[in-house]
Amino acid sequence: MPGPVQSIERAAAILRLLARGSGRLGVGEIATSLGLAKGTAHGILRTLQGVGFVEQDRASGKYQLGATLLHLGTSYLDVNDLRSRAINWADALAARSGEAVRIGTPLDGKVLVVHHVFRPDDSLQTLDVGSLLPLHATALGKVLLAYDADVASQLKDDDLAWFTRRTLVTAEALSRSVARVRELGWAAEVEEFATGLASIAAPIRGYGGLVVGAISIAGAVERVCPVARRADPGLVAFVQNAARAISRDLGAGRW
Amino acid sequence: MAAQYVMSIDQGTGSTRAILFDQGGRLVSVAQREHRQHYPKPGWVEHDAMEIWRNVEHVARESLHRVGAGADQVAAIGIANQRETSVLWDRRTGMPIGRAVVWQDTRTDELVARFAERPDAALVPERTGLPLATYFSAPRIRWLLDRVPGLFERAERGDVLFGTMESWVVWNLTGGPDGGVHVTDVTNASRTLLMDLRTLRWDRELLDFFGVPAAMLPEIRSCAEVYGTASRAVPGVRIAAALGDQQAALFGQCCFSRGEAKCTYGTGGFLLLNTGESPVRSSHGLLTTVGYRIGSQPAAYALEGSIAVTGALVQWFRDNLGLISSAPEIETLARTVEDNGGCYIVPAFSGLYAPHWRSGARGVIVGLTSYITKGHLARAVLEATGWQTREVVDAMNADSGLELNTLKVDGGMTADNLLMQFVADVLAAAVVRPMIAETVSLGAAYAAGLAVGYWPDLEGLRRNWHRAAQWLPAMDPARRESEYANWRRAVERTFDWVQPNPGSSAR
Ligand SMILES: Nc1ncnc2c1ncn2[C@@H]1O[C@H](COP(=O)(O)OP(=O)(O)OP(=O)(O)O)[C@@H](O)[C@H]1O
Ligand SMILES: [Mg+2]
Repeated sequence: MPGPVQSIERAAAILRLLARGSGRLGVGEIATSLGLAKGTAHGILRTLQGVGFVEQDRASGKYQLGATLLHLGTSYLDVNDLRSRAINWADALAARSGEAVRIGTPLDGKVLVVHHVFRPDDSLQTLDVGSLLPLHATALGKVLLAYDADVASQLKDDDLAWFTRRTLVTAEALSRSVARVRELGWAAEVEEFATGLASIAAPIRGYGGLVVGAISIAGAVERVCPVARRADPGLVAFVQNAARAISRDLGAGRW
Repeated sequence: MAAQYVMSIDQGTGSTRAILFDQGGRLVSVAQREHRQHYPKPGWVEHDAMEIWRNVEHVARESLHRVGAGADQVAAIGIANQRETSVLWDRRTGMPIGRAVVWQDTRTDELVARFAERPDAALVPERTGLPLATYFSAPRIRWLLDRVPGLFERAERGDVLFGTMESWVVWNLTGGPDGGVHVTDVTNASRTLLMDLRTLRWDRELLDFFGVPAAMLPEIRSCAEVYGTASRAVPGVRIAAALGDQQAALFGQCCFSRGEAKCTYGTGGFLLLNTGESPVRSSHGLLTTVGYRIGSQPAAYALEGSIAVTGALVQWFRDNLGLISSAPEIETLARTVEDNGGCYIVPAFSGLYAPHWRSGARGVIVGLTSYITKGHLARAVLEATGWQTREVVDAMNADSGLELNTLKVDGGMTADNLLMQFVADVLAAAVVRPMIAETVSLGAAYAAGLAVGYWPDLEGLRRNWHRAAQWLPAMDPARRESEYANWRRAVERTFDWVQPNPGSSAR
């Protein structure tokens, strides 16, 4: 096992230092207190600032703990919480669209299905909560790729497996598709995961507008994309409205 | 503009919500507000009826506001409510007399014991289909009347009114002191211990038995008819339905035929089986109650297995132990371990209801060893709901002579996949959730919509019912049996914890 990483230990020491006392210190004070070279302390502070763990006061140039750090424990949304808070809207979406609904969150370079509502035709269907879907071949995944930089950075080229002859298996094709998702605010996938099936998804935003998951409908191409293999605009609106209603309940503000 | 929606108001134990439904029975808008739970002494649970009324006003308006709709777009309002919770109020001022006494409250235990000793006590179960227990309203009314000098006389003159929450809400919606309509419905009335289950009227002998003046009681009406028009909150809208929440869920689940059953998981858990047009007596600890009555049609009766504590245990785990910060996190925590580690929690917080009816029982956690973590406790919390369901299903099967092979479920806890799988496992039956978890609200909306012709008939409503999720049993039968045996041993350890001890506080 590799030993401790020195710069992380030092970063932790800086955070501890800022967490006590007056909570506002200049780079010189920090360097002296911890016996670091000023340049080293500065480099660490800049990095911590970049991830939002510390903030620099413009006037005095002093550093203090960042808001991100203070909300670290509370910003995380438990997937079971997400399901509970989305369940009414997911049901209504399935009832309106006539299609199966899924809610997905990112997990280890995949989409984790955290909620699934059957297609409302009372046919035999199996609950697939807990299963993993590919990011690049589903509408849910494309939404997560579009709005979560972490997720996008985890996806490696050799993750781009074939499912059908329409699956986007090159980084360029995928990034074009994802850019389009950002433009439109929703994602579609037509026979990219399974022949005969299509899906539409939109982002679910949590506190502060951060994307915490995606909600989708999936069904037969003829129903989801009845004209020219394009997602039905009425269905897109249903998905977006459901996503917005959930986001509002999660405290996303106006998105 | 033509009426587009039906509004339901679900006045629950923990919160009040207003929901707008469209013609397809789909949810359009929700507004919800929690109210305070008051626990002034062990065993006592109270609500502020004024706070609840303000919440009703707020959520009703808010649900419209959220979709930019006006009261003129609402065809009718249906009300569902926490049952048995009792409030007395002054007809002239509209002010409640003290706080509402909630269904979980056990303050009347000694009073109930005294009633039970009377030679004519057999009258109560015979006429009402219910055991004499602290759960129901009549002993509460008596307790409240005894508390304040002169109250009985005011009640006899009809200056002080009694109501369960639907009566209180309808009275206030229709004007309160200014022309408020004082009514209840057959389902709520069937939980007072004062109504004859067959005639569906207040029973003279029962009133005498409990010493409750007739003048303070609301008029008993069907569940689906126009009681009046709102003059507050949503002025001009007809109030066209009222049902106890569990009966509303039975209706919302479209259990319109004999033999159809559902279980709702909220604060408590309630399994109701439609038994058709005649009441069926239980010999296994279930209640006989009214399921619903639409206008002048014959009433549908139900057998009920009431579990006092299901979601409330999760709530307790969150609020009193602080081991989770939201109810759904119980599933996350429970999934950190494989099994219960030998630990069982029996949440007999208000005694045990069906099928045991032990008011002297109190909760236990058994099987503690140094191996047990909070993950195991979380499992035991969820499993308690599963095993309590198993007990009432066993009683239901024994009473009906049928074997339940599918259970329709609804309520907030059905979002918990681990729990729903566990319920399927311990019942060895499929568990099915419909496409709307808020069936309490949907049932009230359906009844109101039927009453005003927004929906034509029951068959039309049935077509709206769809399966949203299904869990199939997967537990090894031997394990199921040994776990059930452990559970039953744990349950026995709760019995008679509270010793009848007249003269001193029995807690
Ligand atoms: N994911 C979950 N897992 C377990 N329990 C849950 C979960 N989500 C909610 N609950 C529990 O379910 C209950 C809320 O369900 P619901 O909203 O149906 O009840 P309610 O209608 O408020 O109850 P009442 O009508 O009695 O006021 C709470 O007791 C809560 O602890
Ligand atoms: Mg409820």
